[in-house]
Amino acid sequence: MKILFLMSSVPDTTSKINFTDNDTKFDESGIQFVINPHDEFGLTKAVQIKEKNGAEITVLNVGTAKTEPVIRKVLAIGADKAVRIDAEPLDSYFTAVQIADYIKKHNDFDLIIAGKESLDYNGAMVHGLVAGMTGLKFVNAVMGLELKDDKTVEVAREIDGGKEYIETTLPLIIGGQKGLVKEEELRIPNMRGIMMARKKPLEVLPPVDAPVRTKIDKYEKPAPKGAIKLVDKDNLDELIDLLHNEAKVI
Amino acid sequence: MYILIYAESQNGKVAKSAKELASYAKAYADKTGQEVFAVGAGLEDAGELFKYGVNKVLTVENETLKQFNAFAHAQMVADAAKKNDANLVLISSSNDAVYMGPVLADLLDAGYVSQVISLPEESDTFIVKRKVFSNKGIAYTEVLTDNKLLRIAKNSFEVIEKPVEGTLEKFEPEVDLSVYDEYKVVKVDKATGKISLSDADIVVSAGRGLKGPENWGMIEELADVLGAATACSKPVADLGWRPHQEHVGQTGKQIAPNLYIAVGISGAIQHLAGVNGSKNMVVINNDPEAPFFKAADYGVVGDAFEVVPKLIEKIKAFKKQ
Ligand SMILES: Cc1cc2nc3c(=O)[nH]c(=O)nc-3n(C[C@H](O)[C@H](O)[C@H](O)COP(=O)(O)OP(=O)(O)OC[C@H]3O[C@@H](n4cnc5c(N)ncnc54)[C@H](O)[C@@H]3O)c2cc1C
Ligand SMILES: Cc1cc2nc3c(=O)[nH]c(=O)nc-3n(C[C@H](O)[C@H](O)[C@H](O)COP(=O)(O)OP(=O)(O)OC[C@H]3O[C@@H](n4cnc5c(N)ncnc54)[C@H](O)[C@@H]3O)c2cc1C
Repeated sequence: MKILFLMSSVPDTTSKINFTDNDTKFDESGIQFVINPHDEFGLTKAVQIKEKNGAEITVLNVGTAKTEPVIRKVLAIGADKAVRIDAEPLDSYFTAVQIADYIKKHNDFDLIIAGKESLDYNGAMVHGLVAGMTGLKFVNAVMGLELKDDKTVEVAREIDGGKEYIETTLPLIIGGQKGLVKEEELRIPNMRGIMMARKKPLEVLPPVDAPVRTKIDKYEKPAPKGAIKLVDKDNLDELIDLLHNEAKVI
Repeated sequence: MYILIYAESQNGKVAKSAKELASYAKAYADKTGQEVFAVGAGLEDAGELFKYGVNKVLTVENETLKQFNAFAHAQMVADAAKKNDANLVLISSSNDAVYMGPVLADLLDAGYVSQVISLPEESDTFIVKRKVFSNKGIAYTEVLTDNKLLRIAKNSFEVIEKPVEGTLEKFEPEVDLSVYDEYKVVKVDKATGKISLSDADIVVSAGRGLKGPENWGMIEELADVLGAATACSKPVADLGWRPHQEHVGQTGKQIAPNLYIAVGISGAIQHLAGVNGSKNMVVINNDPEAPFFKAADYGVVGDAFEVVPKLIEKIKAFKKQ
């Protein structure tokens, strides 16, 4: 079985977000980059499938050389080889075109695992666009995946207020999230993995020409909150009054 | 030119999200002299949408299409857009719409923007604001394509009544229904009767400060008297004190209710990233140094086990008035 893992490298979740160049660029200085947390669940799932059923895992990232340390981490956790398409991901469409092009050229992946959303630009679309472009089946917000046989899979996807279980077939693209594996099963690199990762192949490919469909003109930070109003614990009527007359929410 | 909204249903009725989309579309249509169309499958009360400024609702009665399928619904919406000369399409941020969005964008060759929080700016170029970096930033995003698809962020637009004389039109979209063959829904687990966390106007949430699952009775009661949904912090879900669906934050659900009440939650940056879109936040915590006090609008410093039961009584008394 061949698994393609799509990895987005994002600022560590504790990062303070700032903008630079007249608020036209995200300020990367001092930012630690990590595997997108939603993607981590899919990566561990891929490694579990490999251990149980046997599989070859390729990690693919569209990014500049700056993402290589994070790609190496994926290799240390258990991917067998890596491909980096050497381009700044200009917008989600551009990124999806690169990924779709790679998939079409290889045309032999059984399972393509992405995250449901990248926690930087929060687009929640790259993998869905890839599905549209390649004509592959696709399930989003996947909270569980079970291989029934060589071809059939049962996936659970999150719906508003619950879960829906779907039977479908490979090849398939999923947008993974929490639930795909248990929190405590999430793999982190160990020493042996890190050593082995150094020897695993990392292929760098040029991007294909593609236009962008959206463009960020500038950024701003959300308006700062006004000062908090503290209410004495023995005067909760005041809280009710504020929620009723000021906030108008009860 | 027309603006098309994808109107979702909830138990057969027009969903609140569809009314929000209609209100957004109408506000923009009035500025630009356009009209608003809606398309939806199995809407029993489709005419409701006229109240919010929709001029025409394309109703789809096909039984198969009444069940959501991302590829089928994307084809349905794309077909409606093409046949009705709509080049601006709006969808909500429900789980279904998020799933369908990119597939629809591909069919429409549209520039697609997620998490939109503003009407398009008045300028020669088409620019909307969207939330990025998990609510920690806002990006002014320009759409460069003729067809445009916007996914409107939850609770960022109020439902506004602007009644128009509308029409209903039966619509039989050209959809390849074989996509249902490859996608068989075998089971649905859905909490019934409870207010769903993603739709709730008020959310009562609790964290590790509550010490153990046995203490959630008062949280559920507070939620009950307020007509609220319940949520929790990540460690609480990880410990199995509460179901995973309740986990909110950067790696859980992102919510934006009108009121978020956080009890015994410290206010870690990853927690706030999922809830700071809320219109109003109240924190109840016995540590005045807890970071949540920097993010909330209202706060009570005190022991949850003392404050929450009192608050329940006060709200009950207030509701009786
Ligand atoms: C250095 C840098 C500069 C950028 N500059 C701009 C800019 O100027 N204007 C602009 O609009 N956007 C810019 N972006 C944003 C960029 O376009 C998005 O980060 C990227 O395309 C993902 O978009 P998304 O948020 O829609 O991802 P989502 O659709 O939320 O991602 C879903 C899933 O797709 C996969 N995926 C996402 N991105 C990649 C990737 N790069 N490689 C492999 N798999 C991936 C992951 O599995 C992810 O979980 C920039 C990003 C970076 C890192
Ligand atoms: C990659 C990553 C992603 C994460 N994603 C999320 C996420 O999505 N959501 C999330 O919530 N967290 C997330 N976290 C975890 C986050 O960093 C915090 O650890 C977590 O939010 C803390 O939960 P808590 O506030 O319930 O517990 P604690 O931090 O332990 O806080 C408990 C609070 O209760 C107060 N308290 C104690 N006793 C009482 C009492 N009797 N009455 C009143 N108050 C009391 C304490 O003063 C304290 O402030 C993530 C972490 C990482 C690394």
